[in-house]
Amino acid sequence: MDIESFVQEFAKQFDDIPAESFTPDTLFKENDEWSSMTALSIIAMVDEIYSVRLTGDDIKKSSTVTDVYNIVAEKANS
Amino acid sequence: MKAYLKAVSYYLPKKVLSNKDLNLLFPEWGVEKIAQKIGIEERHIAADDEFASDMGIAAANQLFAEHNIAPGDIDFVLYCTQSPDYFLPSTSCIIQDKLNIPVTAGALDFNLGCSGYIYGLAMAKGLIAAGVAKNILLITSETYSKFMHEKDKGNRTIFGDAAAASLISTDGFAEIGEFELGTNGKGAENLMVKQGGIRYPKTGTEAVSDEYGNQQSEEYLYMNGPEIFSFTSKEVPALITATLKKNHLEKADIGQFIFHQANQFMLEHLRKKIDIPPANFYADMLDVGNTVSSTIPIAIYKAMKANEVPKGAKWLLAGFGVGYSWGATVVSFD
Repeated sequence: MDIESFVQEFAKQFDDIPAESFTPDTLFKENDEWSSMTALSIIAMVDEIYSVRLTGDDIKKSSTVTDVYNIVAEKANS
Repeated sequence: MKAYLKAVSYYLPKKVLSNKDLNLLFPEWGVEKIAQKIGIEERHIAADDEFASDMGIAAANQLFAEHNIAPGDIDFVLYCTQSPDYFLPSTSCIIQDKLNIPVTAGALDFNLGCSGYIYGLAMAKGLIAAGVAKNILLITSETYSKFMHEKDKGNRTIFGDAAAASLISTDGFAEIGEFELGTNGKGAENLMVKQGGIRYPKTGTEAVSDEYGNQQSEEYLYMNGPEIFSFTSKEVPALITATLKKNHLEKADIGQFIFHQANQFMLEHLRKKIDIPPANFYADMLDVGNTVSSTIPIAIYKAMKANEVPKGAKWLLAGFGVGYSWGATVVSFD
C-alpha cells in the first residue's frame, strides 16, 4: 500500500471538500464536515480496501492523514 | 418440544420527528445529507406521558387483535426493555396485570437492546423445550428518546421509539432453529446511559460537546458510533458464519438475512463484506429509524407483508449492539 492512493481514498470520504486539497499532512478533523459519519466512512473504507479494522480510538488519536495511514500500514503488516 | 414463531405485531407512537423537523432544530447541521446516508426519514417518538410499558401493552393488544389471540392463552411474558418503569417490581408483572394475562403465567424483564429480540427467542425456545411454558408473549419496547439530550443531533437523527409483540409457541409459521450468541463487556462504555442507575446517581453536570460536536453528558445516552461500527465490522461476519454452520446451512440456503436495522450505511457495509445479494438482504428503517430491540420483529412483519414467503424459506435473524451483546438464529418457514 502507498500513501498517495491512501490519501485519494481518504479524500473520497468527504463530500464537501475537493479531493485535491487533501495531502498526507492534512489535519482531517479541522473542517466543518467532520462528524462521526465521516469517521464511520473512513473505518468502512479502510476495512473494504485494506482489510484492516480501524477503531474509533485510532481515529481519535490521529491528526493527519499520515497518522491514520501509519496505523493502517502497521495493522496490515501484523 | 419444538418452538415456533406464531405471530408478530408492532406499535409506533403517534408523534413523528421528520428530517424536516430536525433541520429546523439544527439548521447548520445538514440533516438531509446524513439522514440519506443512514437511510432514515422519520422516527416515532413516545409522548411525554407515554412509556415503554404503555407501548409494549399497545403492541400486545395489537397482536391479540390482529392474530385472534386471547390474553388467557399466554403462560409466560418476556419483556425486553432498557427503559423499565421502575427498579422494582419487574415491569412484566404490571404488564401481566394490565393485559389480563392469567395469574398462573410466569413473567420477567430482561435488559438488552439491539440483541434483545434474538435473546428473547432463545429464552422462549428454552422455556418450551424444558416444558416450562407453551405460549410465550415476547415484548420488546424502547424509548431511547427519553435518554437523549435535546441537543444531541446525532443520536436524535438515528433512534426511534417503538414496541413489538410476538407469540412463540409449540406451533406456528416458522420453526426457531439453533442459536449463536456472544457478549463482550469491554464495549460497555460505547453505548451507555451512565447516570441514573444505582452505581452513578444523576449529578446534573452540564452537557459538553464531544469530539464530533454532539452534546454529551453522563446523564444522557452516549454512543460512540465509529467504535460500534468497528465492532460490528469484526463480529457480525463471524456471527453469520457460525450461525449458518450451527444450523447446517450455507449462505445460499437463506432467503432473507434480517439484521438489526441500525442504519443503512452500516448494513450496506456488512452486506458487502459478508457478500449477500441485495435481494436477500433486508434493509429498511426509513420511516421508523433505529428502534433498538424492535427492529427485527418490525422487519419480519414488514417482510412477510411485502412478499409471499416461499414454502420452506429460511431466514437468518441477527441482532448486535449495546453491551456489547450479539446473537443470531435461523427461522424456517413451513
